[in-house]
Amino acid sequence: MTISLLYALVGVVLLGIGLYSLIIYSHLVKKILALNVAGSGVFLFLVATANQTSGPVPDPVPHAMVLTGIVVAVSATALALALACRIHQVTGTARLTENEPE
Amino acid sequence: MAISGVENPVTAVLLNFRGYDTLLEIGVLLLAALGVFSAVPSPVILSKSTPSPILILLLRLLLPFIVLAGGYILWIGKYAPGGAFQAGAILAAGGILLSTAAVPFNRFATKTMSIAMGIGLLTFIVVALATMMVRGNFLQYPVAQAGTLILVIEAAATISIAIILTILFIGGNPEESPTAKDEGDKAFIIERDNTTK
Amino acid sequence: MTLPAWIVSLPLLAAVFTFVFPRIRIWAGIFTAIITPLMVVFLGREILAHGAIQMQVGGWQTPLGIQLYADGLSVAMLGITAIVIGCITFYARCYFTGDVSSRYFWPLWMFLWSALNALFLSGDIFNLYVTLELLGLSAVALVALSQTADALSAAMRYLLVSLTGSLSYLMGVALLYAANGTLSIKLLATTGAASPSIATAFALMAAGLIMKSALFPMHFWLPPAHANAPAPVSAVLSALVVKASFYILMRLWLVIFEPFINPSTAQLMGVLGAGAIIWGSVQALVAERLKLLVAYSTVAQIGYLFLIFPLSSITQSNHTAWQGGFYFVLSHACAKSAVFLAAGSVIYSFGHDRIKELHGIVRRMPVSMFAFALASVSLIGLPPSGGFIAKWLYLNAALTGGHWWWCVLIIIGSLLATAYVFRFFSRAFSYSPEVVEERPVPWIMEWTALGLALCALILGFIAPAVTTLLDAGNPF
Repeated sequence: MTISLLYALVGVVLLGIGLYSLIIYSHLVKKILALNVAGSGVFLFLVATANQTSGPVPDPVPHAMVLTGIVVAVSATALALALACRIHQVTGTARLTENEPE
Repeated sequence: MAISGVENPVTAVLLNFRGYDTLLEIGVLLLAALGVFSAVPSPVILSKSTPSPILILLLRLLLPFIVLAGGYILWIGKYAPGGAFQAGAILAAGGILLSTAAVPFNRFATKTMSIAMGIGLLTFIVVALATMMVRGNFLQYPVAQAGTLILVIEAAATISIAIILTILFIGGNPEESPTAKDEGDKAFIIERDNTTK
Repeated sequence: MTLPAWIVSLPLLAAVFTFVFPRIRIWAGIFTAIITPLMVVFLGREILAHGAIQMQVGGWQTPLGIQLYADGLSVAMLGITAIVIGCITFYARCYFTGDVSSRYFWPLWMFLWSALNALFLSGDIFNLYVTLELLGLSAVALVALSQTADALSAAMRYLLVSLTGSLSYLMGVALLYAANGTLSIKLLATTGAASPSIATAFALMAAGLIMKSALFPMHFWLPPAHANAPAPVSAVLSALVVKASFYILMRLWLVIFEPFINPSTAQLMGVLGAGAIIWGSVQALVAERLKLLVAYSTVAQIGYLFLIFPLSSITQSNHTAWQGGFYFVLSHACAKSAVFLAAGSVIYSFGHDRIKELHGIVRRMPVSMFAFALASVSLIGLPPSGGFIAKWLYLNAALTGGHWWWCVLIIIGSLLATAYVFRFFSRAFSYSPEVVEERPVPWIMEWTALGLALCALILGFIAPAVTTLLDAGNPF
């Protein structure tokens, strides 16, 4: 098993753990953390992809994709956390209410 | 690599070959800050308490180095791993230290802060459109000035990214700290309920 | 030909300027709302004359650079975006009268518009990811603008679903890049070969995009979000934002994936679409609030869009099915936004939208009710309207292949739509002796709703022109 294949598999496992936790937990901060873990898994997979090319320099395009992805993930996490804080301020709880709107 | 104006392949891809993605990404950052401003009326991390003297002393020692490191990383992005986002993140770390040391942010001039937040995206778009009008293709740098243009864009972006990341950490608009204008907030709430229900 | 770059850049510039200089926000917004549609018109004429336009950003050829690609389909989507957002901009100018609430609306609105434009013009799968995120974040921030507890929860749910969808899509992009070494859609079309990684990539991307398009059973986030957002935001969400991810799915299917996918996948999407139509219509029948009714109607109408996939796998009617589906997109965008704007006018005037209490409002708001009625004609699918043309094309496609069960489904869907529309109308047109507290509605708000409804109807009359436009550049 090559190193990049190992990284890729770990990335996929992280993605799976993240998505599973997203569904299972009901606390908002845990959901946001789960999304971050899943995102890290995808980024790890991308970095593993970069190592596949032959030659001394790894492929820079996946690296740029990961950089962009990280920035986007940070922005989205910040917005999510701000919303979660606001929900806590307004409703007093940090879990999404599950009842159907009447 | 030579025709891209920078030597580091990742920076070349980020700012030159796939610069359009980076432009939109800076837009996403600004958008997140905007979203946080609109969703949260006052910052989550407040500066109510008095600044702690120990932290202030530590900041006096650390901040110059942080700024230096940020500037260095920005510059070295041309030759080695580095660039606007990395430098912006380091500077934002300094900003986060400032906020945890309870330095009051609402003394910053609002206009300066807004301009600083927007300058990165604005510079990028202006350069892109200018190159389009001169060379005929969006974001196509003339080869001789490619390195300089990239540095200009990255410098403006670093400022924006640093301020936006700090604001994202604070979680709100610094000028809306609850110490001031409580009457204004009440009026807004009444108005908002009338118009947007 | 630099128009695609301007179409993306102008709203972005407007976004930055309205944020930094709040005082000019309304003028900047209206300026953009007038200039951008003009640019789209010019782009459309260019494409009709010369075929599809490609623009290499930065001058770098693919596979390294990013390509902006505009064919008839992109221009049609850009056009409908420009029309709908342009009209809603005028509506929003009157709706957001407060100073503080509108301060953040305008930059967010411009970001939303630039995200949509960038999405419809993009020819690169990673660029599509960035535009999807731009779109998702601006939509969420706009939903949260109401600041009510319901709106905030709905925005949070929407954000979580949107991010999950984007992440799944990104994983698909990573797999495609690992397999083929390029991110350009055009190149991916030629270098594909059937393999497990391609199938997985498609599954991931489709799952992500289906979540963002709110196809049943992934629709749970849509009714609260669209019902609790401010009316102009609900309008653009139902009309355009959910269609954007569908557009990406359609592009990827057509260009990259179609040869490799098991035909049963198409049937599965059709079955889910059928579920959406039935479930959404039933929920609309029992909804208590007007905006909730309209939101569930969106869930149902999205089901129709996904019928493209099974109908297009009937080889003789492939072309007709695609045209039908996109006619649906165009007419639903106009009709649904008109309906939401009319509902917004009702809320503005009466302060609530509980259907039980909306007796006889046709006397007080005749223009809005007329707009609602016209738009409903398109939603139900009666001639002469865009919705009718779309369903006609669908029925044609289904009957050519002998798949009569889709015809039955479409007819049932139209009947259910008639039912839930008349549920509201019977109240609105009934006699009401009570005097109700109301606020006068600015005429711009009522007439923009009517304008959009008329667009939905006009789409029914100009069918040959629209189909010519859709075919320009041979997207199908």
